[in-house]
Amino acid sequence: MTLKTIVTAGVLTALGATTALADVKVGMITTLSGGGAGLGIDVRDGFMLAVEQSGRDDIEVVIEDDQRRPDVAVQLADRMIQSDDVDVLTGIVWSNLAMAVVPSAVAQGKFYLSPNAGPSALAGRGCDQNYFNVAWQNDNLHEAAGAYANDAGYTNSFILAPNYPAGQDALTGYKRLYEGDLSGEVFTQLGQTDYAAEIAQIRASGADSVYFFLPGGMGISFLKQYADSGVDIPVVGPAFSFDQGVLQAVGEAALGVRNTSQWSKDLDNAANVAFVESFQAEFGRLPSLYASQGFDTANLLISAMDVADVDDQDAFRTALEAADFDSTRGDFAFASNHHPIQDIYVREVILEGDVYTNAIIATALTDHSDVYAAECQF
Amino acid sequence: MIAEKHLNWLIAALLLAVPVCAWWFGEIYTVTLATRVVVLALAGVGLNLALGAGGLVSLGHAAFFGVGGYAMGILASHGQNYDPILTEPFLIEGTKSMPVIWLVAIIAGGLSALAIGALSLRTSGVYFIMITLAFGQMFYYFAISWPAYGGEDGLSIYVRNGFPGLNTLQPIQYFALCYVLLIAVLLLCARLGASPFGLALNAVRQSAPRVETVGLSPLRLRLTAFVISGAITALAGALFADLSRFVSPTMFSWHTSGEIMIFVILGGVGRLYGPVIGACLFILLEHWLGGVSEYWQLFLGLLLLGVVLFARGGVIGVLTRKEAGHG
Amino acid sequence: MSMILLIEQALNGLQFGVMLFVMAAGLTLVFGVMGLINLAHGSLYMIGAFAAATVAGLTGSFLLALAASLAAAAAAGAIVEIAVIRRLYARDHLDQVLATFALILIFSEGTRWLFGSFPLFLDTPDWLSGPVELPGGILYPAYRLGIIGVGLAVALGLYLLISRTRLGIRIRAGESDREMIAALGVDISKLYTLVFALGAALAGLAGALVGAIQSVQVGMGEPVLILAFVVIVIGGIGSIKGALVASLLVGLTDTMGGFLLPIAFAQVMEPANAMLLGSALASMLIYILMAVVLIVRPSGLFGVRS
Repeated sequence: MTLKTIVTAGVLTALGATTALADVKVGMITTLSGGGAGLGIDVRDGFMLAVEQSGRDDIEVVIEDDQRRPDVAVQLADRMIQSDDVDVLTGIVWSNLAMAVVPSAVAQGKFYLSPNAGPSALAGRGCDQNYFNVAWQNDNLHEAAGAYANDAGYTNSFILAPNYPAGQDALTGYKRLYEGDLSGEVFTQLGQTDYAAEIAQIRASGADSVYFFLPGGMGISFLKQYADSGVDIPVVGPAFSFDQGVLQAVGEAALGVRNTSQWSKDLDNAANVAFVESFQAEFGRLPSLYASQGFDTANLLISAMDVADVDDQDAFRTALEAADFDSTRGDFAFASNHHPIQDIYVREVILEGDVYTNAIIATALTDHSDVYAAECQF
Repeated sequence: MIAEKHLNWLIAALLLAVPVCAWWFGEIYTVTLATRVVVLALAGVGLNLALGAGGLVSLGHAAFFGVGGYAMGILASHGQNYDPILTEPFLIEGTKSMPVIWLVAIIAGGLSALAIGALSLRTSGVYFIMITLAFGQMFYYFAISWPAYGGEDGLSIYVRNGFPGLNTLQPIQYFALCYVLLIAVLLLCARLGASPFGLALNAVRQSAPRVETVGLSPLRLRLTAFVISGAITALAGALFADLSRFVSPTMFSWHTSGEIMIFVILGGVGRLYGPVIGACLFILLEHWLGGVSEYWQLFLGLLLLGVVLFARGGVIGVLTRKEAGHG
Repeated sequence: MSMILLIEQALNGLQFGVMLFVMAAGLTLVFGVMGLINLAHGSLYMIGAFAAATVAGLTGSFLLALAASLAAAAAAGAIVEIAVIRRLYARDHLDQVLATFALILIFSEGTRWLFGSFPLFLDTPDWLSGPVELPGGILYPAYRLGIIGVGLAVALGLYLLISRTRLGIRIRAGESDREMIAALGVDISKLYTLVFALGAALAGLAGALVGAIQSVQVGMGEPVLILAFVVIVIGGIGSIKGALVASLLVGLTDTMGGFLLPIAFAQVMEPANAMLLGSALASMLIYILMAVVLIVRPSGLFGVRS
């Protein structure tokens, strides 16, 4: 940058200072180290890509690593609120960390935009006017899988998930819209890596379909072992186990598996095409679900900054509620509890060249919200 | 080189002065960080009683830390929802009062330590390390899969619990409360160390058979130390939960046990103020290295390795140039 | 519940146990000979898996990948022994626990630095993929049968090594009296490096074998490490035979417990609660087993020293 442009920029800023809206300081707490760091890195990269593309210099983002530990996340949130004086918090990937941070952050008058986690406690009675979820309510993708099972004519599902709240919610979510019978329902251990015992039960159960929710390494293990076992009952899962980051590690075992997602890289809208292309150019890899959510979160924030001042909380909140931005998912709106109303698709894992990826084959749910919205009162 | 006694006074004074100054200048976050140091130091002091004085290498102290945390979480979540814990056979209400919560945490921690200790102290050496680890894991998996109190998601407490006459939501007031507790426990430990019980415990660590021949029961001495140790760590757990306004099974994980142990070793095993300086150092490192690199744990590992290999007796040992009081 | 399912689950338990044995054998050997607790054993398991995934990715050969896992883990083990571990033999257990805990941090973050945060891909070889039919119409994955075979071969190999070879004689001598064999002219530090590298190679092999059916990622060693500790403690620290018996016990208890407990609970309560309670109890079962064994026999099933 030459001296002249610096001066010009300085003059413009000085001139604009009287009329322009205040700078927005964003605190991003996300997982950048240890197991699960891939998700946080994608959220961060997606978010920062959108900030960069907007060309704005009135957004300051402070990024910190929560190590996937609730106590660290709480500590970081305290620091960002008490010392860095941020206006908006975002970034958390995991529901348990969100539960640790969000209630006290919004109680202290900060906005929280969730790029991934959507625990039911924050969607229903525990909702807050300053909490916005830009990803999904945790049940959504599982509900979509239940709906898809009906469409596909499955009447006897075997379902499994780890024994922890999100796992219990997942199976509840699947059963909410699914109309058939269950041939088995199994809770596995959190962090379990060997599924031989469960696969044996699936084989013996006489099911016509299997639904599983096993995020992270658990899903990779399950799929590889399932493919190797010779059981050929069709499997359905939520997008998390078939996402761009993990798909290459699953390999051929995932080929042809159907999974539910609110986003896919082949969604045909201008915002998404541009996003996929620029993400690939910038980072040299295909974007994941989490990257798209980070990208949308930043664009939501920017759209609100265009029309309101963050210090005027009521106006800024109204601007966020309008969700007036081009989502990579196409249509996007907020329900009364500030959780998304969106379409949820069924994708199939395909091989594109030598890269495993997903392609949309159907729409499972249209303009879907969540069941907790009715309980939410600000 | 300075005498250990003077060093202790210095540490205690600094630990008070820094947050007070920070508060004066409006650096609220430093106060929060100092509170964290104080609370974790308290957990270390608890472990130090078993580890330093009793020679009991427990890799399961996270169990007591977590029990204290959940004592707070369970009481306060019922307290904030006005929904009694038990109605049959008699009524037990939740509470938002810190003194009550502390008392429950101490009792619960002590009882857990009594049960775990009574079983584990039958073994010794590596077996003791491993059986305490196993008990810690048992608590961990139970907390994860027990849905009533949030399981893996943990429990959020929206407002910090109250203490009569104080506004605990003010960081500096909560800090003061924790600091007073830490100093009180340190004084208690100093008294305990000089008492007949402390001397006998020290003797047991050095040679159990000799203690037995003078008619004292090594098992009973060790168990007593283990129970007090567990109770102190549980108190720290309750304070930690109130600091974060949140409890989760992470408090039970074996990494937590490892970290509490790191505080003790970093400062100096068996030194009264060892865990205090260890916790200071750990939090500073975490804060400072975490800002420098995404891979800060790599450097933490290297540093820790350096301390274990080359700085025996921990920081206090280096500063006072005396081998640890550890046989 | 059919008989076939029960037998299949027993096979799963056996396979899990055999895998644990390969992991635990090195750990118990190192403790028996050098008196060292090595928390970083899980990192060597991870190194084996990462080496195998890298080599399989480059060459496409599974056997080469296995060889790489052995070599990489053994090399890492030897380096660590020479640089760090040998300074710890004379220290108490506390220092050993701390130093090897530090090694875990170094290995985990170092691996993430080199390989990134995303899981790597490692698949079973074509000639072992898919199920085979066993007598009685049981379909069982060929690869898992292969693991059982490898594990039993390792057990046999270790038995022969220790009872029939010169190295084995030295190892046994080292277990009973360290000073004496040094006085007899055996190069004790070379022996220690060798034993440590052997244990590391076994951990690396276990990592590669398991990595092919699970996911190869940072931190994969830690859950296995704790299980391996449970195994050697139940078996009696330092005893290879104890490790074998205990790993089969733990493998079967974990698999059968996870499968049978919810079914058993369902007999006496409503299914949803039985499911939750049964799963919760099953996840604690092996730790309960360990506690019980230690309470009855404070130095494990085959332990000698107290």
